[in-house]
Amino acid sequence: MKLQRKSGLQALTVGAVAITGALVLTACGSDNNGGSSSTPSSSGQPSGSSSANASGISCAQGQLLASGSSAQQNAIEAWVKNYQQACNGATINYKTSSSGEGIIDFNQGTDAFAGSDSPLKPEEVTSSKKVCSGGQGINIPMVGGPIAIGYNLPGVNGLVLDASTIAKIFNGKITTWNDKAIKALNPSATLPSTKIQTVHRQDDSGTTDNLTKYLSGAAKADWPYEHAKAWAAKGGQAAAKSSGVSALVKQTEGSIGYFELSYATSQSIPTVKIATGASQPVEATTQNASAGIAQAKVVGTGSDLALDLGAAYTTKADNAYPIVLVTYEIACDKGNKASTLPLTKSFLNYIASDGGQQQLSTAGYAPLPTEIATKVRASIAALS
Amino acid sequence: MTTIETPPAAAPPRKAATVTRPGDRVFANLSRGSGILLLVVMAAIAVFLTVRAVHAISKDHGNFLTTFEWTPSLNPPVFGIAVLAYGTVISSIIAMIIAVPIALGIALFITHYAPRRLGGPIAYVIDLLAAVPSIVYGLWGALFLVPHLRGLNLWLDDYLSWTLIFHKSDPNSAPRSLFTVGILLAIMILPIITNVSREVINQVPKMHQEAALALGATRWEVIRLSVLPFARSGIISASMLGLGRALGETMAVATVLSASPVLSAHILDPVGGTFSQNIVAKFGEADEFGRDALIASGLVLFVITLLVNGTARLIIARRKEYSGANA
Repeated sequence: MKLQRKSGLQALTVGAVAITGALVLTACGSDNNGGSSSTPSSSGQPSGSSSANASGISCAQGQLLASGSSAQQNAIEAWVKNYQQACNGATINYKTSSSGEGIIDFNQGTDAFAGSDSPLKPEEVTSSKKVCSGGQGINIPMVGGPIAIGYNLPGVNGLVLDASTIAKIFNGKITTWNDKAIKALNPSATLPSTKIQTVHRQDDSGTTDNLTKYLSGAAKADWPYEHAKAWAAKGGQAAAKSSGVSALVKQTEGSIGYFELSYATSQSIPTVKIATGASQPVEATTQNASAGIAQAKVVGTGSDLALDLGAAYTTKADNAYPIVLVTYEIACDKGNKASTLPLTKSFLNYIASDGGQQQLSTAGYAPLPTEIATKVRASIAALS
Repeated sequence: MTTIETPPAAAPPRKAATVTRPGDRVFANLSRGSGILLLVVMAAIAVFLTVRAVHAISKDHGNFLTTFEWTPSLNPPVFGIAVLAYGTVISSIIAMIIAVPIALGIALFITHYAPRRLGGPIAYVIDLLAAVPSIVYGLWGALFLVPHLRGLNLWLDDYLSWTLIFHKSDPNSAPRSLFTVGILLAIMILPIITNVSREVINQVPKMHQEAALALGATRWEVIRLSVLPFARSGIISASMLGLGRALGETMAVATVLSASPVLSAHILDPVGGTFSQNIVAKFGEADEFGRDALIASGLVLFVITLLVNGTARLIIARRKEYSGANA
């Protein structure tokens, strides 16, 4: 009986959330510029700086609409859930589409912030000035992660490759698993003469962009293509989304593909260790990825924190995994809408905090290294 | 209203005057409005699509019709529909070659061979196939059909490699090819072709068939001499409906096909692409210009579909003497 009541209550909550969600959506659909009436800003309501609760979140109220990258979907979902549990009266709706659509939404003024796999391009910054009165869109790095190279080769564990062999494999220059370049890196393994089946993304994606950035950054001689969201090399198989790539690798013996680490762990696909020149080949783990991201340089100016990962790709530091991607939250540095600013700041503050970042590793993401995290918090504090 | 109807005596007692009641007028205007609205909406869509498409094509540095690659984000942008058009047409043809005979067989079985108790349930199951969402077909195709087609692929490559069509460049590669897509599309368009054919075949006059039987025809001869000629135009339109779905199918193709900008006559090779697959793969990360380019490709698919339907109508018109309407 007790159980039943409980589940009933849960159903009610779910329903309520769904209805509020729908209301938020309709509200924004009908008018998103004149939204001042919908939510009282910080001045109107005591925004809950007083209610620093158990989870250490300082709450704000209101409704927030955001959209963008699917690469950070799981992270954002977990954060939104925690935030909304801790803060009554806050609704955050992150619509997962893609970085491109997120930026378009943001520049049309629909979003309070957008998630993106790559920093804003110059022309996107220009058009963001229309939305951010007196300011412009800035990139705030938030969710890092390793891109794992997964393979399917029964009997071979702990395969080691380096940037140049990975580039040659994906470019069709190395075609069998017992190629001498692979043998040289794995002297103790018994490699079969199976043909290598490479698997890449069929859809344009930030994951491909980041992998090819790594390949052209770390193995320029063997990767003759520019980095791009679309796969440029010839040959190999293409599958839709990371889920499709990982499913195909899981299914095909002798195959190799790339995807976010969480896909490898959830389907127990073995991942390649990268020989970076460090004392030991580096495994794809969230911790190692954080160490890799720590090598990155901030190239954005002011509170814009766009990162240049070039140094991460070629790092020789111990336990620093080089194939990393960083996704950003994009918001206005100045001229955020008064109605959403308190909640935006409060939410971003929470996800950039130690507590928020620690959650990432459970979902296969890499927490921001301390130095960058400090800058991120300063940037968020300066949002106005 | 009452003011108009006040002089009842003045109305001559002719019966010819048709009375238009307000309801009639309202309804006539409403339906006329709906008709006009449809035309306006269609025209607006057409104008919008054409403007965006022309904008994209005018900045294309490749030949829009013969270029293989789809890279509108490059500087200068280069993109073309050669691979997409080829893949769309080939996969649909494969689907038609497989689906039409089977669908016709099922329809004839249900109407002429199966006992009534069996025919109903079979028709029902076929209907169910039509209710499965295409993404489910796609997942089934990628996770079940593809691994299980490996054997068939190897067999085709071993014995029919000399035809070149069934030559497979790398026998080991997963069979995520236009051929597999064709098989999947065949299953997807089976219900629509079967159902429409069955309806048409059911309308063949009993008299024709009984006449044939009376002349000593066997059941097969009845079907060949009286049923098929009568139902032919209907079966053709059924096939064209199916073809329309095959041409435009998106999610199932995107999930199963290993797309790459290669145009190959070897249909077992995991290369190629289709219009709608390309749109769904590229739309997410496309910028404003990339979207315009995709719209242009969509417009081409629209034209192809239009041509297919037009051809079908021509065929049907030429065989009007057999059609059910004149019987």
